[in-house]
Amino acid sequence: MSPASWPRLAPLEERLLVVDPDRDRFTAHRVRDLAQFISARDLVVINDAATFPASLRGTTAAGDTIEARLLVSRANTWRAVLFGAGDWRTRTENRPPPPRVREGDALVFSGGLHARVQRVSQESERLVDLRFEATESALWSAIYRHGRPVQYAHVKAPLALWHVQTPFASRPWASEMPSAARPLAWEIVLALRARGARFAAVTHAAGLSSSGNPRLDAALPLRESFEVPADTMRAVATTRAAGGRVIAVGTSVVRAVESAARADATSGDTDLLVNERHALRAVDALFTGMHEPGTSHDALLHAFAPAPLLSRAYAHAVANGFLGHEFGDSMLIARGALSDAS
Amino acid sequence: MDLKGKGAIVTGGSRGLGAALGSALAKRGARVALVARERAVLEETVAKIRAAGGEAHAIVEDIGDKEAIHRIAGVAAALVGPIDLLIHNASTLGPTPLRLLLDTDCEDLERTLAVNLVGPFRLTKAIAGSMALRGRGVVVHVSSDAGVNAYARWGAYGVSKAALDHLNRTWGAELDGTGVRFVSVDPGEMNTRMHADAIPDADVRTLSEPADVAARIVRVVEHAESLPNGVRVEANAASPRGREEEVA
Repeated sequence: MSPASWPRLAPLEERLLVVDPDRDRFTAHRVRDLAQFISARDLVVINDAATFPASLRGTTAAGDTIEARLLVSRANTWRAVLFGAGDWRTRTENRPPPPRVREGDALVFSGGLHARVQRVSQESERLVDLRFEATESALWSAIYRHGRPVQYAHVKAPLALWHVQTPFASRPWASEMPSAARPLAWEIVLALRARGARFAAVTHAAGLSSSGNPRLDAALPLRESFEVPADTMRAVATTRAAGGRVIAVGTSVVRAVESAARADATSGDTDLLVNERHALRAVDALFTGMHEPGTSHDALLHAFAPAPLLSRAYAHAVANGFLGHEFGDSMLIARGALSDAS
Repeated sequence: MDLKGKGAIVTGGSRGLGAALGSALAKRGARVALVARERAVLEETVAKIRAAGGEAHAIVEDIGDKEAIHRIAGVAAALVGPIDLLIHNASTLGPTPLRLLLDTDCEDLERTLAVNLVGPFRLTKAIAGSMALRGRGVVVHVSSDAGVNAYARWGAYGVSKAALDHLNRTWGAELDGTGVRFVSVDPGEMNTRMHADAIPDADVRTLSEPADVAARIVRVVEHAESLPNGVRVEANAASPRGREEEVA
């Protein structure tokens, strides 16, 4: 599937593939048609994480160039995936490895942001815990002034912060945009609300989709923080009790809500892996981007629909010019979405 | 809205009404992010609020700068949590002494609109979506009598405030029913540096104190649910003299 290489101007005109596992069928539409597949009894759950500019450039004590892609943490230490020379223009897997760092090493990032390596992960030398000298406003202001949005080689130019925010962005927890919500213009949200559908928020620290290291990539997604407000938990329960569907917007919402349902906790860190072996407890349907077969995001889709239907749907999308990645087209996987007539 | 534990942003927060609002909100238990351009004065204001036991943070940014908007929204939410209250208090008069429209440079009008109108639009756009998703929030636009009545030499400023009032009404119309409330507040004439810049020879005895006006605005915020969405209210604490007389 070709990637969308830049944000598009009219989100409601983007493509939408509606997949109905009950009828073993799919049909192609535009995002503006979404309302006809969502009923007044449904609850739409959205990740309200803002995307912060998580890519920092810096140097090691030896003067070697290093890039750190930060993962937000609720403690004072930040997890980071390190990269060597070059930037997003080079495909992640072709980037040179980062200079070797050890516990206690000092790193200096642009804007004079000083950090120390607290820990190097057993999983990969690229995965470290960092502690910054600056705190609070000084730290966040420096990250926002000197960091760049994390982006990949399929995007044609440097992204601005506004390109990587959804229309629901609140606290900056996401290292990469929780992009499923990106095409949901308020025009459509208010139209759905007027028809009776309800909306609720979770916050999930969407992490990196690629590390450049095969071993680390195989371990993705890493442990991520989530918060599901009590209001949202209640709305999930009442929706299902009344026979409505809980529609997750994006894979991060599935992880957050399913983790909260399992742990019976409204917040925490999760390494829950959702795939075809996972029995969904709280989420019924998924609105998401087009995910390439074989990725961890794609594996999650298999909790919602059988593999043969998903591959047929994906092949149809490719053949019909659907676009992939964060600025690409969308898919709704929902039981009962398609009537016999449609 | 009960302010305890709520995240609040006040622009133009280093002095005058903004500083007074920051302090009044922190006293009610709000977690406050103050935005202003000048670091030293802003940090002094934040230190005062903290010394009084309140929570405040300094964000040094210019609301008139497009690049600053998501920095402000992101840094503020990181520091104080989801934003429940956004007060657009920052504004510029343009060059002083105030000028007749025929003597106003076009670029000065543009800059006034960028700070007083477009900046607030951008920042609300970056934040009100998250408020509407969670079903609660209050956005306050600090307006002026000059946005309603036309006074010689107050053209650029007055035009920006008239448009800000209309922006407030339109936000209120569009998001009514989502739980997000919009209100425009005319603070009246206050004893501030801005007022002195505009009317250097004003009799300060006729002017309200920013702390008194801030207390009134806080009450408006606390009762925003009972006001029509997009309403304009007056919060002036003293009885003002005719402005025409002062600028004559």
